[in-house]
Amino acid sequence: MGSGNEQFLNLTLKVWRQKNSKTAGTFETHQLTGISTDMSFLEMFDVLNEKLIHEGKDPIAFDHDCREGICGMCSMFINGRPHGPKQGITTCQLHMRSFKNGDTIIVEPWRSAAFPVIKDLSVDRTAFDRIISSGGYVSVNTGNAQDANNILIPKSAADEAFAAAACIGCGACVATCKNGSAMLFVSAKVSQLALLPQGQAERKERVLNMIAQMDAEGFGNCTNTGACEAECPKGISIENIARMNREFIGASLTTPNK
Amino acid sequence: MSKLDSKIPEGSLDQKWTKYRSTIPLVNPANKRSLEVIVVGSGLAGASAAASLAEMGYQVKVFCFQDSARRAHSIAAQGGINAAKNYQNDGDSIYRLFYDTVKGGDYRAREANVHRLAEVSGNIIDQCVAQGVPLAREYGGLLSNRSFGGTQVQRTFYAAGQTGQQLLLGAYSALQRQVGTGMVTMLARHEMLELVTIDGKARGIIARNLITGELEKHFGHAVLICSGGYGNVFYLSTNAMGSNATAAWKAHKKGAFFANPCYTQIHPTCIPVSGDHQSKLTLMSESLRNDGRIWVPKKKEDVEAIRAGKLNPNQIKPEDRDYYLERRYPAFGNLVPRDVASRAAKERCDAGYGVNKTGQAVYLDFAHNMKYKYGKMEATKKGIQNPTEAQLEALGMDVIKEKYGNLFDMYEQITGVNPYKNPMQIYPAVHYTMGGLWVDYNLMTTIPGLYALGEANFSDHGANRLGASALMQGLADGYFVIPYTIGVYLSTEVTRMSNEKDKADSIDKVKTKHPEFDKELAEVKARIDKFLTIKGTQSVESFHKRLGKIMWDKCGMARNKQHLTEAIKEIQDLRAEFWKDVRVLGTADEFNPDLEKAGRVADFLELGELMCKDALHREESCGGHFREEHQTEEGEAKRDDVNFAYVAAWEFKGESNFELHKEELKYENIKIAARSYK
Repeated sequence: MGSGNEQFLNLTLKVWRQKNSKTAGTFETHQLTGISTDMSFLEMFDVLNEKLIHEGKDPIAFDHDCREGICGMCSMFINGRPHGPKQGITTCQLHMRSFKNGDTIIVEPWRSAAFPVIKDLSVDRTAFDRIISSGGYVSVNTGNAQDANNILIPKSAADEAFAAAACIGCGACVATCKNGSAMLFVSAKVSQLALLPQGQAERKERVLNMIAQMDAEGFGNCTNTGACEAECPKGISIENIARMNREFIGASLTTPNK
Repeated sequence: MSKLDSKIPEGSLDQKWTKYRSTIPLVNPANKRSLEVIVVGSGLAGASAAASLAEMGYQVKVFCFQDSARRAHSIAAQGGINAAKNYQNDGDSIYRLFYDTVKGGDYRAREANVHRLAEVSGNIIDQCVAQGVPLAREYGGLLSNRSFGGTQVQRTFYAAGQTGQQLLLGAYSALQRQVGTGMVTMLARHEMLELVTIDGKARGIIARNLITGELEKHFGHAVLICSGGYGNVFYLSTNAMGSNATAAWKAHKKGAFFANPCYTQIHPTCIPVSGDHQSKLTLMSESLRNDGRIWVPKKKEDVEAIRAGKLNPNQIKPEDRDYYLERRYPAFGNLVPRDVASRAAKERCDAGYGVNKTGQAVYLDFAHNMKYKYGKMEATKKGIQNPTEAQLEALGMDVIKEKYGNLFDMYEQITGVNPYKNPMQIYPAVHYTMGGLWVDYNLMTTIPGLYALGEANFSDHGANRLGASALMQGLADGYFVIPYTIGVYLSTEVTRMSNEKDKADSIDKVKTKHPEFDKELAEVKARIDKFLTIKGTQSVESFHKRLGKIMWDKCGMARNKQHLTEAIKEIQDLRAEFWKDVRVLGTADEFNPDLEKAGRVADFLELGELMCKDALHREESCGGHFREEHQTEEGEAKRDDVNFAYVAAWEFKGESNFELHKEELKYENIKIAARSYK
């Protein structure tokens, strides 16, 4: 439907092209004309790819799926910022009305040692899955649960856990961090489960194991620059990192042989 | 005699599942370790099934085309999940959830399946809470509920507007835990491209590693299709871009019957189309209808003034607004089921009352409840006497923000319009497919050893799904049904294995070395090579768009004989054109998203035809299937229970050749009646 103020833009796009993880990449420049301000950023890429296919050129590979800001698959680094110039949204939610006629837009993949490029703008984020496998769960087999209302959870704790659980695992925090740190991602899961009664039994083990896996994957450490929080499309708070550090120290000091 | 045996257990409705569950043959733990199960898809159904089966001791392989199991489109479900907990003490019960679901499905679902779904619904909530899923709570620490369409009790559990995300992440964490223990092998960025059957049984799949392009052979004693629905046949839908029918369609072409393909759910509250560039449509949760009132202007001149940008809808007086759902359906009002609400919006827009440039939009307006419901409530709480209109608005806005904040933000991002100050514009869009692979009570398809779970099967929603029931069904199938029912088949496999243990060429020893795997792999390779060698002039995307337009125009919210007949021919022609003129670039042995899409669109081009054929044969209106020839004078759907109270299950016989099989639906516990929400 659009805002009723539809305009059409002419744009220069500089897009990262890289055949696979073994070859070096380079920027490729494309001119686009008549891009509607009602289009989403990814729809602008659809238009570009349609043009490339028409010209017999290899379309640009990029990750995307739900296009409603929740699956966490889209992952473009736009003009030096993950998910582009607007705060609190993913690339798929970014619309062209955020750009001006004549703009040059630079689009890169997430860049981090722990996220190798697969092709063009697609990267491999399976490190995140391995971190979750190392402890980002409550060990409860199907059928073991008691009635859901048997344990009361104060609304404030449930809300705070939910705010941390809203992480979509997109990796913008890693991409924007000068250290390539995954602390915001890991701390969101650690916090969610530390805040809920269901997470208590494995609380110490969880934080120790998840941090060990995070380090093993090659993510950097946190130096409190706060870029992750500023760029997180879901507004995950950096307070979670502080909480994870407390959890980690507490667990380290009280767990034998760790 | 029908080929279809639904295997519904004997006994009274409320005892069927309990009794049956206790009599299913068990597989002992030692034998479970030697049984392999393939799960295709990692959404609510797939992830919950895989985690549960791995916990039980089976060896599980999970496939998804995305980069992680956590991306599956279940994640986008907004509003909630139903469960017959009766926590609100408002008269809910298992029977009532069962009854509402059968009625909501317009009496086209199987009683026994739906009752089982209602029975396990409470266990799902327990399981999710135990996993640490942060569902919404009241101040006292108890779980909170809200209402959804088609029901008069509060039984919907939720986590803001992100219920699907939280439930999926719960199932995903259970799945990743099993990946960590080695019981599940996770194959992300892999796509199933063929089902392998040997001696009539499902024995594995051919999958493509989407990064390297390599074709892989995978063996399983059972294969579970949990790959979701096929709404993307319509090109524009609320589905994710990658959502596809390929796994289900390949299974269908190998012998699994496809049931009720024409039953598609058009969701009433989506953000309208903005232009030709549109790649997908975004849902605004049904929960918004709790507080949003749907209307269009009563006067044509107001409609024209709005379209011309000369009139703000807020200026239209209450008496000049047509709250058409409240007018037509006073008992349920804005909370009528989805199919009813969608058709009513179409009716108003077709009559010329659509409120945007395309004429295809109606208002969903929160102003009234914001001020006079929540604003007043907050003012009372705060002891503000005689609050001004502005105060009421500000106080109410905070409540609306708390309840629906993420949805309102999403709306503003997409449209550039502030929905706190202006009514939302909405229009129906394709959202869910009730049809799917035919399954029996055990969730097994017509191919032994092949199962379908979640949206990929047809079983529980009849002709129309009620809101907040998809999450319930996906998780019921995965957590609480398949772990039991798979034993019926796998216990026979155990017997077979023990009989064949000295046989050198038994399938358990040969596995993917069986020649059938090589044959299927060669066929998949040939199909991929064909895409790359056509070297035509039109993109895959452009064919998908054209198919979508045919489907939406002629097999969408309202259907008739003439349009459906035309659509079948048009789809056949489009398919022929596709195979002559499609252009797919790049190679087969690399990451090639356009090649992936070519395969999916090729399958949609076959499925679309079957949907139209099913819609054409069903000479009645029911649920999501509305035939213009079959309506009352008031424009309500007219069902034909004498001739069409059956499941239409189609058998693939060759290109454009499908044979109909009927499973009669017997209602022994619910009196089949006209479905009224007036």
